[in-house]
Amino acid sequence: MKILVCISKSPDTTTKIAFKENNAQFDENNVQYIVNPYDEWYALVRALELKEAGGGNVTIINVGLAENDAIIRKALAIGADDAVRIDADPSDALYVAEQIAAYAKAQNFDLILAGKETINYNGSAIGGMISELLGLPYISLATKLTMAGNTATIEQDIDGGTQVVECDLPLVISAAKGMAEQRIPNMRGIMAARTKPLTVVSAVDSAKLTAVKLYTLAAGRTECKYIDASTPEKLIELLHTEAKVI
Amino acid sequence: MAVLIYTETAKGKIKKSSLEAVNYGNHIASMTNTTATALIIGDASNDDIIALGKAGAKKILQVKNDKLTSQDPQLLAIATEQAATAENSEVIIFSHDFTGKAVAPRLSARIKAGLVAGAVSYPVLEGGFSVKKNVFSGKATAEYSISSAKKIISLLPNSFPVTLTENTAELVNFAVNLDGVESRIKVKEVKKETAELSLPDADLVVSAGRGMRGPENWGMIEDLAKVLGAATACSRPVADIGWRPHHEHVGQTGVAIRPNLYIAIGISGAIQHLAGVNGSKTIVVINKDAEAPFFKSADYGIVGDAFEIVPKLVEAAKKLKAQQN
Ligand SMILES: Cc1cc2nc3c(=O)[nH]c(=O)nc-3n(C[C@H](O)[C@H](O)[C@H](O)COP(=O)(O)OP(=O)(O)OC[C@H]3O[C@@H](n4cnc5c(N)ncnc54)[C@H](O)[C@@H]3O)c2cc1C
Ligand SMILES: Nc1ncnc2c1ncn2[C@@H]1O[C@H](COP(=O)(O)O)[C@@H](O)[C@H]1O
Repeated sequence: MKILVCISKSPDTTTKIAFKENNAQFDENNVQYIVNPYDEWYALVRALELKEAGGGNVTIINVGLAENDAIIRKALAIGADDAVRIDADPSDALYVAEQIAAYAKAQNFDLILAGKETINYNGSAIGGMISELLGLPYISLATKLTMAGNTATIEQDIDGGTQVVECDLPLVISAAKGMAEQRIPNMRGIMAARTKPLTVVSAVDSAKLTAVKLYTLAAGRTECKYIDASTPEKLIELLHTEAKVI
Repeated sequence: MAVLIYTETAKGKIKKSSLEAVNYGNHIASMTNTTATALIIGDASNDDIIALGKAGAKKILQVKNDKLTSQDPQLLAIATEQAATAENSEVIIFSHDFTGKAVAPRLSARIKAGLVAGAVSYPVLEGGFSVKKNVFSGKATAEYSISSAKKIISLLPNSFPVTLTENTAELVNFAVNLDGVESRIKVKEVKKETAELSLPDADLVVSAGRGMRGPENWGMIEDLAKVLGAATACSRPVADIGWRPHHEHVGQTGVAIRPNLYIAIGISGAIQHLAGVNGSKTIVVINKDAEAPFFKSADYGIVGDAFEIVPKLVEAAKKLKAQQN
């Protein structure tokens, strides 16, 4: 089975956020990047498990500039066979999806996995876009994935519960929690990652339909109002009369 | 800019997030002197139709087609495209929920419409068309401009309250053409949660963490939720150890919620937890450690032992509810 796993990077959640260029750009100075957890923990690890069980090849793909190579090597250390970086600034979701779809079209992947969402932008969009561009079925927010021959059985989160669906390959899936368990790269993986093939591909022509004009830091909450532990009923009163939420 | 709003029912009733989306769509339509049309796929009761009208839809397109019962996002995107074409809709609104996350991106790629997923503001029309969403785990907002002629916005649920008017909508049966498209996805089994109140839709949420020491102590958490009419949630370690079901896990890697009231009991307030709850309007923190980071993000705080405080809150809430009835 030929599997493509879409990988993005995101700042570690504990990163202090700052902007530059009149708040029109994210300031990457001193930002510690990680592989987006949904991509690494769930999409990539499940792809590797499927390969280990049934053979095949796992390719990582990222749309980004040269500085992303470090993050791609991190993902390779977990165990993929090879990686592709499409050399472009990934600022619009449809633009990113068009790059990945253009590459995938010529390659006949059986399975394309994306993460549920990036934890910095939470779009949850790119997997669905790729599926449309390739005319493939899309199964969003998958929490379990098993294969029997050419047929995938998938459990996915839906409104108010979960459902089990079946679909023949090829298809596109977005991976949510439950799909696999996080793997910690070992020394051998890290060493091997250094020499695994990382192909840089130039971008195809495509329009960017959205762009960030302005970032604004979220306003912190006003001071916390403390209620003495001996009079918790006061809290209920304040929630009713002051906050007016109950 | 004519506006089309994708709406749906759940548990036999129109979803609150759909009414929010119709309100929102109607607001955009009135900014541009056009009208809002709601699209509903499948059955809808008379009450649902009335509710969509009251929320601001001038027209409702109802689609009934057996091929759409599988809820395949590919087919739903085609149906939505046909409705948008018929109505000349320039702006298409979804809720940023399970269905929205599956269908809006497909439609965006299909009709080459810029998508802002998880919007939290009305669009600004001066100098183009732009709309805000939360980014970096709620640490900032980003204002996105959309430059394509057609625009798709998926609205983050619970971002705007629902306002109903006496408006009524015209109901039209809309036939879609799905000739030659077959869904390849076969639905084998649907498992609905038994909880009466689903967490992402709840206005009030009572949540607890490792400070509760074990699942046997959740009775008081459930009691408090019950008197308040709140849903229950938990921190990630609590779901991971199996004290509570996974669908209750909130935070960066769990469900993101933004209720009117979030009560956090015995939760330290790690940044990854906050990422899923800091959009809540009012936050209450109960923790025995005065240094717990969560207090920095709280509106109300009690420093003390949850095992003593929570039962007293239950009693006080019961009294309040008795007075209200
Ligand atoms: C990549 C990543 C993603 C993550 N995603 C999430 C996520 O989505 N959601 C999430 O919740 N976590 C997430 N975490 C974990 C997070 O970092 C914290 O470890 C977790 O939120 C802590 O849970 P807790 O507050 O229940 O437990 P603890 O941190 O152990 O806190 C327990 C609290 O209870 C208090 N307490 C103890 N006894 C009492 C008492 N009797 N009365 C009152 N208070 C008491 C203590 O003072 C303490 O503050 C993630 C971590 C990582 C690295
Ligand atoms: N620049 C990128 N390159 C490759 N894959 C990406 C990129 N950005 C996002 N993805 C994939 O798309 C998923 C959803 O991203 P998003 O729609 O931005 O929330 C991520 O979890 C990744 O799997």
